[in-house]
Parts: sequence; C-alpha cells; structure tokens
Amino acid sequence: MYFGLSEEQEFFQDNVKKFLTDNASIEEIRKIANGEGDDIQKEIYQGIVNLGINALLVPEEFGGLGVGLLHAVAISQALGNGVGPIPFSGSYVMAPIALDLAGNDNQKLNYLSKIATNEIRFGIGLSEFVGAREDAGMEVLNNKASGRALFVVDAENSDYIILSNKAGLMFVIKSSDKGVTLNKLTTVDKTRNFHEVILKEVDCEILEKSEKDIELAKKVVDAGRIILAADTLGASESMIEKAVAYSKERKQFNRTIGSFQAVKHMCAEMAADLEPCYAMVWQAAHSFDTGSIEESRLHACLAKSHLSEVGKDISKKATEVHGGMGFTDLLGLHYWFKRIGLNRQLLGAPELVREEAAEIQGFNQ
Amino acid sequence: MDLEFGSEYNDFIKEVQDFCKEYGNATITTNNDKKFEMHDALSGTGSANGNTGKTVIRSDWQRLLIEKGYFARSIPKEYGGYGGEPDIIKSRIIATEFSKHKVPNAMGGQGIDMLVPTLLEWGTEEQKQKYVKSTLHGETIWCQGYSEPNAGSDLANLQTKGELIDGNWVINGQKIWTSTAQFSQMMFCLIRTEPDASKHAGISFILIPMDTPGIEIRPLVDMTLKAGFNEVFFDNVTVPEDCLVAQRGEGWSVANSVLGHERGSLANPNATMSRLNTLIGLMKEETIDGRRLIDIPSYRDRLLKVQGKVMAVQAHSLRLLSSKINPNQNVKLGGMIQKLVGTELRHELEGLAIDIMGELGTLYEDDPNVRDGGSWQFTYMYFLGLIIGGGTNQIQKNIISERGLGMPREPKVTVEV
Repeated sequence: MYFGLSEEQEFFQDNVKKFLTDNASIEEIRKIANGEGDDIQKEIYQGIVNLGINALLVPEEFGGLGVGLLHAVAISQALGNGVGPIPFSGSYVMAPIALDLAGNDNQKLNYLSKIATNEIRFGIGLSEFVGAREDAGMEVLNNKASGRALFVVDAENSDYIILSNKAGLMFVIKSSDKGVTLNKLTTVDKTRNFHEVILKEVDCEILEKSEKDIELAKKVVDAGRIILAADTLGASESMIEKAVAYSKERKQFNRTIGSFQAVKHMCAEMAADLEPCYAMVWQAAHSFDTGSIEESRLHACLAKSHLSEVGKDISKKATEVHGGMGFTDLLGLHYWFKRIGLNRQLLGAPELVREEAAEIQGFNQ
Repeated sequence: MDLEFGSEYNDFIKEVQDFCKEYGNATITTNNDKKFEMHDALSGTGSANGNTGKTVIRSDWQRLLIEKGYFARSIPKEYGGYGGEPDIIKSRIIATEFSKHKVPNAMGGQGIDMLVPTLLEWGTEEQKQKYVKSTLHGETIWCQGYSEPNAGSDLANLQTKGELIDGNWVINGQKIWTSTAQFSQMMFCLIRTEPDASKHAGISFILIPMDTPGIEIRPLVDMTLKAGFNEVFFDNVTVPEDCLVAQRGEGWSVANSVLGHERGSLANPNATMSRLNTLIGLMKEETIDGRRLIDIPSYRDRLLKVQGKVMAVQAHSLRLLSSKINPNQNVKLGGMIQKLVGTELRHELEGLAIDIMGELGTLYEDDPNVRDGGSWQFTYMYFLGLIIGGGTNQIQKNIISERGLGMPREPKVTVEV
C-alpha cells in the first residue's frame, strides 16, 4: 500500500516547479499579465513542453507517455504553485482525454499522435455543457456548427478547438477557419487565457462516440475539475509559504509579526485546512484513473468544491498576513489570489458542483 | 498510488469480516456505569434505528477481542495482550471493518490509551506485570491526574507536591478535569517532587491507588450533564516509593511520550464518516411540512460541504497510514493537524444535525420526542470539550505554526509576582 505521488511523479513535479522558479519570476509574470511578455511566455511554454507535458495523457500507441490523471495532477499542482502562464488543463488534459474517450480510430490517430509530437495544440470549451448562460450555446447541423461558447480554455494560438452542445456532443473545429471568431475575455486572472468563441456555420468534425454517450463529456469535465482543484492546491500551498516567509521577516513593535499569535494562528489554520487536501485531490485523480464512474465523479465534485472553499479562505488569509503589502500590485500576491478565484468558478461554481454530488449519491430519491 | 493492502491480507480481511457479520450492531452492556452511555455515538457505532445485534457483557467483549487479536494486538501475551507482531495494515483493516459493520469498539479510556503504552515504555517489570493485563481486561480503571487549577495549557506549572519521607511518597495538592475518577481504582499523575529543579525537570510520574486515605473526589459536572469530570484533592496521601514510574524528575518526558498518541485518537476519521452516514439517514427520514430535510437545498448544501471535509480527512488518514508503512514519506505537518481538524469537523457535523432538526434538535435526555437518544446534542457539546481538552485547539495552532511551519515562539514575558 502506498498513498501519495510516486517518486517519478514528484520528480516531474519538482522539475516544473524549479523551471517556473528559475524562469517565471514575479517580474516576468507581471510583464506577461500586462501583455508585454509574449516572448517570455513563449520561452516558458517551450521550456515546460520540453519536459514532456504535452504527451502525458496521450496513450503510448499514439506516441504519448500514457500516464494517468494523477501524473497530470502532480504537474497541475506545480503550475498552480508558480502561477504557470501556459496552457495546460485544456490543451494537455481535457483535450487528449476527450479525443481518447470519444474519438474514432482515425480521429485518435490523426490528433493524438500530433499532440504527442506537439505539432498541434487544442483548446477546449465545455462551459455550455456544464451550465449555459443566456445567449450561449452550440447548434450542430449537418456537420456545421453555429453558436457561442464562453470560457473556452487554452484557445489562444491553438490549432483546433473542441466544443460541445448542451447534450454533450463534442466536436472539433479548426481555430483558423473562416466563421470562427475568438474574443479574448478580460478576466481577473491574467496568467491564463480564456476566450469567447463564436461560430457561424463552421465545418466541424464530431467526435463519434460522444454522439450517443453523454457520459464521455461528463468524464472530460471530471478530469478538468480535478485538475483545477490541483491547481488551486498548488497555488494555495504557495500562498501559505509566502505568508509564513513574510511573517518571519516583517517587524512591528520590535518583533517579527510571525511571533504574534494572531498571525501564527492564521497560518496554522491555513495549513490545517490545506493539508488534508493533498490526499483528497490525489484520491480523486486515482479514482478517475481506476475507479467506477459514479465513485470517481463523486470524488471529482467534492474535490473541486472543497478546494474552491479552502482556496478562497487561504487566498484571503494569506493576503491579510502580508498586511498592506498584500494588497499592492508590487508584491504580486494577487496573481495567486485571482488564479484561485477563477478556478473556483470554472467548470461549475461550488454550489452547483455540490448539487451534482448530491445527485450522484441519489439524495434526490 | 496503490490502495491495495496486498493479497497476503485477503484471508485476514475475510476473517475480520466474518467476525463483524456476527457482531454487527451489537450492544455492549455496561454494568450501570454511566460514562459509557454515549459511547456508541462518540465512536460512531450507534445507528439511527438503534442497536439491533447481539448483546454482550463488556468484560466478555474485551476478552473476546483480545483473544481474536482485534484489540491489544501487539501487546505481549505475558502482559495480557494478543502478542502479535505490530502490523499497521491489520490494525487498519480491523478499524475499518468494525466501523463499516457498526461493531462496538473495545473499551478505551485513559488507562488503555495512555497508561499501558507508558508502562510498556517506561515501567519496571513488576509494574508491567501488576497493571497492564488487568487494565487491558477492564478490571483496573485508571484516571489521569495532570491538570490543576493553575496548570491547564501551561501544564508544567503544576504544583501538587510529593515528598519522599521514610520510603513513602507523601502527596498534597489538587487535580482537576479528572474524568472517571469516581469509577477508577488507580490514578497516574504528575507530581512536583523536585522543588529546586527547573519547571519541567521537577516533575515525577506516580501511580496512586484511589482508595488511599486522604483522597477526596468532588464531581465537576460538565455542560453535557453526562460525562462528568472531578476535582481530586490530596491531603497527606501516602503511597510506597515504588509507585514512581521512571526516575525522579523524568515525569514530563514520560507524559509527553504518549500525549501525541492521545491527540491523534481524539478524532477518529472512521467515526466521523460513520456519523456522517447516520446524519444522511436522518435527513432522509425526518420531514418538515411533509418535505424531507434532505430535499431542502440550503440544508443539502451544508451537508455536502461537510461531506467534502469528511472525505478530505478520510483521504488524509490514508496518507498518514501510508507514511507509517513507507517511512520515506514525509507528513510531519499532516500528523500535527489531526486533533485540530478532527475535533472541529466533528463539532460542526454534530451541530449541523441539530440545525436541520430545528426545535426538535434541542430535545435532550429522556424527552419522548428526542431523536437518537439525544446523541447529537451530547456529541456536539462533548466535542466542544475535546476542542478545549487534550491541549486546546489554540495550543494546537501554536504547535502547528511553531513546530510545523517554523514560526518564531512568542517572546517570554517576565511575570511580576
């Protein structure tokens, strides 16, 4: 019995963490957030892709590493920890899982093998499937798609995008096709990109197996939720580390503020809230990799909603420990605060996800 | 990640499951000692429909569990235990299956949980022979004499005095928060025997028979009106020199070697999970205006929020278990948070049950309309006691921040006397 990340997973995670520490300092993140860091962002992206993140979830038969979601969770923690400004949850987790689950042999061979070699990159938008807002939604007729999708993940500079209609029918479009409009959304989180995608009679290729099986889109959402929970886990961990470090340096009343119980207890509470979350997120990923659909969906829903709550509290408290400095742009703590804030809402806000968890358990019967 | 215990445990799991099927939902009769009245609710073994299985007398149950190796498993046979090799996985299997099948746990208490491990580590051969077996079999009940009116969180400030006079310890002073003193044959306590030594080095660990002349027990009723603490007064209480455990002045180290154990055991995640399931059952059964409580969205959302926390703690316990089997896994901080997180969560869960019952949730004791024997109110309050006891949760936060996160200690304040 071994409960935790394997040595290999930890090694991979450490490499991503180290790369971000060395190459994505707060100054660099700030440039990227202000739209002045395209070159820096490309370098960071290339560096992390060189570690092999694109091939993680592509099965071995298509040239990938074929590891499980737990491996991707280890990476997601590292990216959250360093507010990694690169595509991941959409391009390298949800998209390959969607293609592998719902694609026919041809589609798998065509797309997955090219993701493994990083010749192509996908964005993905399932927000309308999870819960469509007014004026949003997709219609598919005779292999032509029209409609509007919000919060499409990792669509910037993508070659293809996977979208879905309300019934969980997933399809692939070419990002550069005539009739495709990509509008970058202005969110609080400037470390990642989210888009509005508008389609007008765009050629689409339906992922065959999703036509009849709504479960497949749900399973992709499960994976996305677990990865977002892991991102929040890593970002929260980093915020606690920063708060503790700051409290050991900053002096008031001739003492480091970390020697005041008011500050110590806030830090202890954050640690106590976060510590059980590691196991929870890992268990959810393990269950996704090996468990039944109901069991793993329950784990995914509870991990997503619980991490949303814990992350919200930690991002508030850790900012407070920094006092006025925490509130400034100067320190850049807000990049973590906002990343956690966005993760909380994406693919289902906590109340909605908990409601799903209740349904899975048959509480409505 | 590998959650399997390995096929070598299959036979053992089968054996434990068979036992659990036989004794699922069993009732343990308690020979009229009130302190066990709410035992089932605390350990999560009580079911919403009452206990429906066999009835066993507690002393027989204790003996049966030892004989099977489901209790006192790794304690040597010569001291009354089962005499098995320590096996964390087997202990886990036993705890999990017992909880799943609502099989009553073995008797706990401070003698079993704290004194036995202390004696096995520090006691003389004579002390082990004399006390361990009778304690495991429930024949000798112990109480713990640590806290004093002026030695709570600052335990090392304790002042109860012991002087060695003509080969006997003569003890004077007062202890407080002494649970089960009125049922106990023995007390293990911390006594200041070296008045000239420093605060922590002046304390000794001494065993006192409760029928020794000069001991006065006064009940100290707690807010549940059930569990019951005591104040214990010592007026020239005289016990033989060999009642000392370890050396003079080593009491602080002796006590600390098992305190961590107590903290972890205060909030068993299996019991919490079991209570959550009972709560879910309650919310499906109880109605208001003909509507099931679980169908009221705000109640349901609170339930799911708590469930998220319970699942996290449950997963965390697996990680802690794994770290005991795989020593290269570092979960130091993970171990320190258990008491804080576990007791707060349990208090929240029991409080949620009261809220969803509304006015009915305030019924208590023998009211004819009371649900589950009043166990929700009792446990809600009892866990507030545990939030305070065993090192307050504020002290826990000091420990987590100082030893876990490496934050500086509060500067010492010089007190003017």
